[in-house]
Amino acid sequence: MAYQWDFTPVVANAPLLAQGLVNTLKITGVSLGCGLVLGLAFALMRLSPRPWLRLPAGFVIEVFRTTPPLVQLFWVFFALPLIAGIELTPFMAAIVTFSIQSGAFFAEVFRAGIQSIERGQWDGARAIGMNHAQAMQRIILPQAIKRMIPAFLERSIELMKTTTLVATIAYADLLFEANEISQKTFRPLETFTVVALIYFVVIFVVSLLARQLERRLAVSGENTVH
Amino acid sequence: MSLLQVRGLTKRFGKTDVLRGIDLDVQPGERIAILGASGSGKSTLLRCLNFMEMPDVGTVTLDGKVIGPSGKYRESELTQVRQRVGMVFQQFNLFPHMTAVGNVMEGLRTVRRQSKAEARTRAEKELARVGLADKAETYPAHLSGGQKQRVAIARALAMDPEMLLFDEPTSALDPELVGEVLNVIRSLADEGRTMLLVTHELGFAYHVATRIIFLADGTIHEQGTPDEVLKNPRQERTRAFLASHKQFSF
Ligand SMILES: Nc1ncnc2c1ncn2[C@@H]1O[C@H](COP(=O)(O)OP(=O)(O)OP(=O)(O)O)[C@@H](O)[C@H]1O
Ligand SMILES: [Mg+2]
Repeated sequence: MAYQWDFTPVVANAPLLAQGLVNTLKITGVSLGCGLVLGLAFALMRLSPRPWLRLPAGFVIEVFRTTPPLVQLFWVFFALPLIAGIELTPFMAAIVTFSIQSGAFFAEVFRAGIQSIERGQWDGARAIGMNHAQAMQRIILPQAIKRMIPAFLERSIELMKTTTLVATIAYADLLFEANEISQKTFRPLETFTVVALIYFVVIFVVSLLARQLERRLAVSGENTVH
Repeated sequence: MSLLQVRGLTKRFGKTDVLRGIDLDVQPGERIAILGASGSGKSTLLRCLNFMEMPDVGTVTLDGKVIGPSGKYRESELTQVRQRVGMVFQQFNLFPHMTAVGNVMEGLRTVRRQSKAEARTRAEKELARVGLADKAETYPAHLSGGQKQRVAIARALAMDPEMLLFDEPTSALDPELVGEVLNVIRSLADEGRTMLLVTHELGFAYHVATRIIFLADGTIHEQGTPDEVLKNPRQERTRAFLASHKQFSF
């Protein structure tokens, strides 16, 4: 017997899905924003000549790049209260985890971007009397960031997918709402089809933008880093 | 008094001794051409003079004041020195994300903290001096090699350096573009500017330099007036080097 598709229960729950999508985008957006700031800080620390800046940054980056995101999330949510007495809401735990994790990832993108700028640019900057910070800010970073944009967009997509993990700590993101709806309506097939479609549309649009941007940069003769 | 005094300058990279005890005095208004085979340490010598490379041993004295002590350079001290000793590179090293005038203004704005208007006026003056007043708003990618190098010279001049270091300023240029850059350098020489110039343009060195230095094995192998070194070299290695640059004519 052929399966009878029926999307009406899902449509009836559209407001819940919408709320879930908003929550997903909120976590993704805030984590990306914090991750960028942290990533730049980590990268500058890691490129610093001072070991007491370089080593801790390297440690955090490596830990967060080599452990599964779900483990990180559980650790922040369940272990942090026990060790440090810090109770975090699921939302905060997600923000903390994904910000640091994105920061660790972005740090490597920043570093690759900064190091892809040829030595002559440093020479040119230093030869007119710029110090390290001025050269970084005025000459190196503006060029490096341009090359990093595609990698950033790719990471944003990756992060949006990773945020589905917050459903496991009962944060009402898109996946969590979908799960609720499917259990309530006994329509998992329809619900998860719609949810997959929503993820697809959002992420597809972002990746189109990314590709567009990459092409524009390629035309202007800029390399990009990944 | 010498503008620049170098004593016992030594620099090594890993196991290679690139400079082995250079002594050099530069008087105001002197124009010194530095010759030497590839890898003889010409660039390294120039880069040690404005501390783009840190000398391992030896002292550099600028206008009577010792820079250093060696191994303990403060960043602020070095950024001061680099403003006083300008540098022009073989590969131009222009900032590609800034226009020609933006490149020339950058040091004035960021390092000297000048107002935009003030920096712009000065930058336009320097661009006019190198014959590029009409290229102010052009990005480096749309300039010829000769134009790029002239912008780079203007960028260095904007900082009012007491001395200029040129590291093979025409070696990356197509032959037909060499002349325009050499003409700018010659006009700076005519103004009485102090300069050190690494070059393979022996004819230019002969006519413009007041002194020629031949580097070999990390030491000053021979030096003297252009006539002495280029026409009547005393050292065998200098003769061999000049013979390998036969194409030059005075
Ligand atoms: N940053 C560096 N690290 C390691 N070795 C270096 C570095 N810079 C220069 N060297 C080495 O030092 C030696 C001298 O180099 P330098 O660039 O001063 O020579 P040069 O006379 O300018 O040569 P060229 O005519 O090819 O420009 C070379 O053997 C070079 O490989
Ligand atoms: Mg060289």
